[in-house]
Amino acid sequence: MATVEPRGLGHSVKRLEDGRFLRGRGNYVDDITLPNMLHMELLRSPVAHAKITSIDTSRASALPGVVAVVTGELMAQHNLAWMPTLSGDTQAVLATDKVRFQGQEVAAVVAESAYIARDALELIDVDYEILPAVTSPQQALADGAPVIRDDKEGQTDNHIYDWEVGDKEATDRAFTDADKVVSLDTFYPRCHPAPLECCGCVADVNPATGKATIYMTSQAPHAHRTLFAIVAGLPEHQIRIVSPDIGGGFGNKVPIYPGYVVATAASLLIGRPVKWIEDRFGNLISTGFARDYHMHGELAVKDGRMTGLRASLLSDNGAFFADAQPTRFKAGLFHICTGSYDIPTAHVSAVGAYTNKAPGGVAYRCSFRVTEASYLIERLVQTAAYELGVDPADFRTENFIKPEQFPYTSATGFEYDSGDYGRAHDLALEKLGYTELRKEQEAARAEGRLIGIGVASFTEVVGAGPGKIYDIAGLRMFDSAELRIHPTGKAILKLGTKSQGQGHETTYGQIVAEELGIPAEHVLVEEGDTDTTPYGLGTYASRSTPVSGAATAVIARKLRDKARTIAAHLLEASEDDLEWERGAFHVKGSPDKSKTIQDCAFAAYTNLPDGLEAGLEGVTYYDPPNMTFPFGTYAAVVEIDRGTGEWKVLRLVAVDDCGVRINPMIVEGQITGGLTEGFAIAAMELITFDDDGNCIGSSFMDYLLPTSWETPKFEMHETVTPSPHHPFGAKGVGESATVGSPAAYVNAVVDALAHAGVRNLEMPVTPAKVWQALVEVGLAE
Amino acid sequence: MSMATTVRDTTHTSRVTVTVNGQERSQEVETRLLLVHFLRETLGLTGTHIGCDTTSCGACTVLVDGVPTKSCTMFTVQAEGRAITTVEGLAQGAQLHAIQTGFHEEHGLQCGFCTPGMMLTSVALLAENPSPTEEEIRWALSGNVCRCTGYRNIVKAVQHAAAALAEGSE
Repeated sequence: MATVEPRGLGHSVKRLEDGRFLRGRGNYVDDITLPNMLHMELLRSPVAHAKITSIDTSRASALPGVVAVVTGELMAQHNLAWMPTLSGDTQAVLATDKVRFQGQEVAAVVAESAYIARDALELIDVDYEILPAVTSPQQALADGAPVIRDDKEGQTDNHIYDWEVGDKEATDRAFTDADKVVSLDTFYPRCHPAPLECCGCVADVNPATGKATIYMTSQAPHAHRTLFAIVAGLPEHQIRIVSPDIGGGFGNKVPIYPGYVVATAASLLIGRPVKWIEDRFGNLISTGFARDYHMHGELAVKDGRMTGLRASLLSDNGAFFADAQPTRFKAGLFHICTGSYDIPTAHVSAVGAYTNKAPGGVAYRCSFRVTEASYLIERLVQTAAYELGVDPADFRTENFIKPEQFPYTSATGFEYDSGDYGRAHDLALEKLGYTELRKEQEAARAEGRLIGIGVASFTEVVGAGPGKIYDIAGLRMFDSAELRIHPTGKAILKLGTKSQGQGHETTYGQIVAEELGIPAEHVLVEEGDTDTTPYGLGTYASRSTPVSGAATAVIARKLRDKARTIAAHLLEASEDDLEWERGAFHVKGSPDKSKTIQDCAFAAYTNLPDGLEAGLEGVTYYDPPNMTFPFGTYAAVVEIDRGTGEWKVLRLVAVDDCGVRINPMIVEGQITGGLTEGFAIAAMELITFDDDGNCIGSSFMDYLLPTSWETPKFEMHETVTPSPHHPFGAKGVGESATVGSPAAYVNAVVDALAHAGVRNLEMPVTPAKVWQALVEVGLAE
Repeated sequence: MSMATTVRDTTHTSRVTVTVNGQERSQEVETRLLLVHFLRETLGLTGTHIGCDTTSCGACTVLVDGVPTKSCTMFTVQAEGRAITTVEGLAQGAQLHAIQTGFHEEHGLQCGFCTPGMMLTSVALLAENPSPTEEEIRWALSGNVCRCTGYRNIVKAVQHAAAALAEGSE
């Protein structure tokens, strides 16, 4: 009998994974030490664009303790100088012909210690012939721009793709018929997920068996195994990817990076395990950045209603098109850009360009450019309200998709599952005391103080996804759960996803508790080892709960059906006469006659009805019928210091609707984290470049992260609108706040200056930019 | 353009004796060995993490004679004769330290990577100021970065520990 209460959905169960982290016993990649292990360090390009005329490794090779120096030439001998990207392009593993961004991987040293490997890097002599650097997509697409990807046959310019979605003609008509057209040009700057743990791996190719075990900072171990098989030509059954504890991911650990490939090749060639751990400089300068998106948006309004949306996008993809996103959507899911509003027509066109900057295009805590889309529409809505002379709150309310319109098909083709946008919006404004605050804002202004109120009512699209539509590198985006219930009623649950701090070991267990009555404390959740877990596409784009969470419920229900057959046998009753109440089957009318799930589990191995297969376990692969659409409203109040341009968040009220919440404590933890990263992006995080392509933002001295001191305090509330197609109504929540909140913060700062005619400030909204605006409108003190 | 420099002399070693989590450790080390590498690699205490190389993030924070110190920018030899506390030294056997209980109860950790440094900085704060205000906690922790939690629950965890320690000392 269980002595622990099975706490299912809605319980703030304290995290079951905490113990090892609290004791310093987490097992991150860098904590792994294998016998006879070597260390690898990467030599990176000091310049953004140059021909490599020679590489001399002789001095480095001669240093005692150096085992191997690996160059692109050596990799080329094994057909590994280039690798495919997640967007169907190619990326240099180690540069052979040219370097195409500052920080690009040029060579690697494998040595007895990381210190020796570092010493040896300084002994590699590389001669570069500098080429002009292209640092913006506008430059890249201009006539006569240097061609960055001259390695590609037929590539005569820096253009990557043209992509569009929506009905252009209908949208054009809406603009012709509009009585007001509002436009906004804005740039969502390059930022970086910068998880506190950098990327790395320990590659261990066993010379005796040929098996490659790669411990790796991977958000998607199964997909990575398949890609390794394809890239390296290794047989897939001989590759085992193990993603141990991950120190934060936020999208940064979705791609495959050159370091993983070189370390694996080095281990294969040398016959010893090779550890490669990126330093922070390497992480910021070379791995998956996010955004870098130039956006032009136009909103058509007629009689106070939004009637059309146009967006034209110019994407800076860096030197290799490596965006981590579903194959057929070159602009990710940007076409969610009609947001929470009933806009009958929309058209999005996007152009991608190569530049001499790091590749990546990962979705930093976001489902494939949903953040950019949400930012554009929420900024446009506020701008339109100013231009129309109406309160932004009234303008939003008037234009929301109404509850009775769900399921709602957007102008770009999404079928929104459920929503009640007005309710979340009104709750946020009520908690904020919006009407009163507007009066206070005016009174403050009369005293010379600048207060701003900014709102963002976002809608996300997450949980990719239906496999027919969504795939990454051809792999359909289903996910999996395997549940084995042992004879004594304890269980192991294995999944294709991989927690990076989201608390999967607790929340997945709670789903089992809800469905079967087995307490989460009795369920061991295992992820990340491709030899032992079922295939899945991994954890990013808020897909764990919508996809693997659903898979967990589905397999638990299948096992419950089998347990019912066993219970009927044990109770000598008909299955139809049994009632399930959490944790046990009861004979209808005789509640004292019952068998618990633990009884059934024991009988599954000891006392089965004739003809029934032994065991109580199974696996399922869940292909969601639709995406889920979390939503909410974030409302920020800021005050600007007229003497310095600094702005301070006085309040941030968040109302999130992520459907049914599994563990409210963990959900709130996800939201506060996202609100902080959203604040970071709005206020300080920036990877930028000088005209020569030198990266500015390649250390935490330049790439600013908010600490406890700068981070605002948050007030959180919720509404619950279940997803109708998810087995228990959940939608996913990991990214809502990063997606939705930047627009709220920026809207608030702009709102503080709107009376003086300011309509836009570009992120990160630094004190310097605000100061400049203050000076321009004569409000500087 | 050529990138060439001369190699550093890496042959200097020195014997260092430090007390780590109450235990004396004496070892011949390269003089350039960073304290964080000594702890992680020489002693196998991998609870101390490395998150940057610029003393910015605080993942490598340990206590040196009770003072929070970023071990990624301190040489091992500089710790000669000092007492070092790492996360592994917080619990007494099965009994968690109040700060560890606080982080668990208040959901003050997600990925866990910043957690050891956060807890050690908090322990030092509470030793100096047993009942800090929220602002004092936020200021004390401002050299430790967390990417997951938004700090809200870390502040609560420190308050939880402060209350528990106050109760225990009454």
